[in-house]
Amino acid sequence: MADTARDAPPEQTDFHELEDGEELFPEPATTQESQPASLAAEDISTNSNGPKQDSLFDDDPEDLFAEATEEVSLDSPERDVLLSDGPSPAITPITPPTSVITPRIGHTHDDMFTHSSFDEIEEEEGGDSFDIHISVSDPEKVGDGMNAYMAYKVTTKTSMSLFKRSEFAVKRRFSDFLGLHSKLASKYLHIGYIVPPAPEKSIVGMTKVKVGKEDQSSNEFVEKRRSALERYLMRTVKHPILLKDPDVLQFLESSELPRAVSTQALSSAGLLRMVNKAADAVNKMTIKMNESDAWFEEKQQHFENLDVQLRKLHTSVESLVCHRKELSVNTAQFAKSAAMLGNSEDHTALSRALSQLAEVEEKIDQLHQDQANADFYLFSELLGDYVRLLTAVKGVFDHRMKTWQKWQDSQMLLQKKREAEAKLQFTNKPDKLQQAKDEIKEEIEELEGKVQQGERDFEQISKTIRKEVSRFEKERVKDFKTIIIKYLESLVQTQQQLIKYWEAFLPEAKAIS
Amino acid sequence: QRKESLRSVSVDLNHDASLLIDIPDALCERDKVKFTVHTKTTLSSFQKPDFSVPRQHEDFIWLHDTLVETEDYAGLIIPPAPPKPDFDSPREKMHKLGEGEATMTKEEYTKMKQELEAEYLAVFKKTVQVHEIFLQRLSSHPVLSKDRNFQIFLEYDQDLSVRRKNAKEMFGGFFKNMVKSADEVLISGVKEVDDFFEQEKTFLLDYYSKIKDSTAKAEKMTRAHKNIADDYIHISATLNSLAADDMTANKKNLEKLSDLFEKFRKVEGRVASDQDLKLTELLRYYMRDIQAAKDLLYRRARALADYENSNKALDKARLKSKDIPQAEEHQRQCLQKFDKLSESGKKELTSFKGRRVVAFRKNFIEMAELEIKHAKNSVTLLQGCIELLKSN
Repeated sequence: MADTARDAPPEQTDFHELEDGEELFPEPATTQESQPASLAAEDISTNSNGPKQDSLFDDDPEDLFAEATEEVSLDSPERDVLLSDGPSPAITPITPPTSVITPRIGHTHDDMFTHSSFDEIEEEEGGDSFDIHISVSDPEKVGDGMNAYMAYKVTTKTSMSLFKRSEFAVKRRFSDFLGLHSKLASKYLHIGYIVPPAPEKSIVGMTKVKVGKEDQSSNEFVEKRRSALERYLMRTVKHPILLKDPDVLQFLESSELPRAVSTQALSSAGLLRMVNKAADAVNKMTIKMNESDAWFEEKQQHFENLDVQLRKLHTSVESLVCHRKELSVNTAQFAKSAAMLGNSEDHTALSRALSQLAEVEEKIDQLHQDQANADFYLFSELLGDYVRLLTAVKGVFDHRMKTWQKWQDSQMLLQKKREAEAKLQFTNKPDKLQQAKDEIKEEIEELEGKVQQGERDFEQISKTIRKEVSRFEKERVKDFKTIIIKYLESLVQTQQQLIKYWEAFLPEAKAIS
Repeated sequence: QRKESLRSVSVDLNHDASLLIDIPDALCERDKVKFTVHTKTTLSSFQKPDFSVPRQHEDFIWLHDTLVETEDYAGLIIPPAPPKPDFDSPREKMHKLGEGEATMTKEEYTKMKQELEAEYLAVFKKTVQVHEIFLQRLSSHPVLSKDRNFQIFLEYDQDLSVRRKNAKEMFGGFFKNMVKSADEVLISGVKEVDDFFEQEKTFLLDYYSKIKDSTAKAEKMTRAHKNIADDYIHISATLNSLAADDMTANKKNLEKLSDLFEKFRKVEGRVASDQDLKLTELLRYYMRDIQAAKDLLYRRARALADYENSNKALDKARLKSKDIPQAEEHQRQCLQKFDKLSESGKKELTSFKGRRVVAFRKNFIEMAELEIKHAKNSVTLLQGCIELLKSN
């Protein structure tokens, strides 16, 4: 039969099996080393944006944790949190991050670049391989009404010497997680570490739970949150530096945790956070940095593109989840309708077959529901997590810019002072001259220190970001692969079940006579 | 093979070589479909043994209506009229696609467009099928195949629309209006004398509402499947973009994944369209067929009412001792008509049930087999991809 339609669409032929390995792929590109360019400043000794890539930066794909530990040289606990994420830290005092190895003494310029290679550091630690598993479970409602909250059990299983025991559990509430993140963010983000973001708050979702609605949507909300909290903790401890942070250890181990109050969405701290974020956004636009390292520009562009694509993919997968749920509902409705039709049918064998069909469709409805869950918890949440993670990644790049800006500002100030000093020579008040000279010399000395520190900070953050990005990318690829395989396996399972159900139905259909 | 799959909802048609009808060709012009009706016959009542004519949907409706209005066929189930070709759904989607073009990659847009064209074609094929089956039902019916208007429909090589207008004036849609209000006749206190018909009435009324509901629900199920297939298109396209930007060893994985979803969505699309043909269209067809059976019951109930009225008239005449022979004749005619309807109706309804059971059986078997086939293909695709990803 030759149909002529308005447009002749392509004939749908039978698909072929995946054809294997026809293309040759180029070798994976190795990271290019950029030539250090000198910064525009007169007296200050110029350097590249970061130390040259040495053997420390190992691109070995197997060993994710080659750059595991690094000495974090920090000054005093009251470092300026000028550039940090959250404004007011939680009420509990922030314990400054310390590496397991005792930090090198002194804040001299040499510190940064003279520590041992990472292999050595690992050996010193006792070669603890990464073995820790955290689960978040048993959500329990505590209290009543609007003061109620959900308590979650956080269980840690580990063989690492870092911990006092090999298996232990604590009870935590959502704001505890937020508090932990807030502390980590204020400690690490501004020096270039990609701190995994905490799960999002949801006023609507929580209110339903508080009010005591025991319905499906609030159960789903709790499950969604529980899963998100678990993933958050696992991502946090997978970070070799964060794992060792005393706040993290305290969070996992100690039975009592002082409440982090400033994490409430509608608190003054929360509002202040929002204002700061807006201010940050404006600042970002006004900083014009002389990027002398193409690597950073490249990476930033790469993450921009990745962000766009992941968001798009996330949207499509969310749509898939929605449609799959719809399919489930529609299948259930059809099953009921088919059952009624079967009851109404007066031909015995056909009536039986219709009832069987109804039963099959009911089972299939359950399959679709399960698949929708897999669609969501595996695929959709993975993408959502990475969209949020990329925000943190972009954040560290921004912090680097701010660090650079601070350094530049110090430099400019120093230059002004030097100019002022030069002018002093021509003052005609000899008695005050010496005093002024001394004053200015002091200021200049101080500023010189600041400039040096600024440069160090900038170099350090650049170095850290390079490592972090490498770690992040490896982790991302591994993460995706693991979870996508799991997801595909869930699809396989669904299809295999479908085969079972329809194969069981077939003889019933044939039995109609 | 394609031909068989199209004639899936009705069975045992077009086997009698003395009159073979099919629609080999159809043209779609601005949503007006022109069918080429092709007849091959050994009957001498036709002028030629092999000929074709162009017909529009309205011509089919005209033919159906004239059959319904023919008194002699009151005791037959008149095959349901084919529904009007409805391209609204794909047309609307095409429109939406055009609006959203800017948000997609060129490749994505092309794929979506192809999908829509396929959908358009599917609607088109369905409407051809349903028009064809209508004619084949007529040609395989011992009585209806001999209908004069049917012959005109098949043979008349001029535009039928002139004839159509005349017919409308003649009948004025009288019977149709009557049938519409026939519900009350059935439900009203007309006492049913025959168990068979009493049962049929109960059965058909109930079954009709149930099958109507099932048709609607099946359609929703199919649509959700289709939506999922469309989502896979977008997912595949975005994965492709990710692969393009990726400069690491991961690139290959992303490409494989994108390819998987592209193939997977084709399978899902077929699952949706097979379910549509074997389940939704099956239910829809028999829903309309049951309406036609109900119409037969209405007509018979009407004849019964006429007979009972004629009895009353006869009694009245006897009382008044006036016009008794006419009243007797009228009553006799009514009874004769009613008996004829009952006899023919019983045969029709019994064979209808048989037809229905056979069709359901055939379609259910085919649907189950296709579902299994598609699921097995999906498993192969998915496992292949998993293997490739794991080995990398």
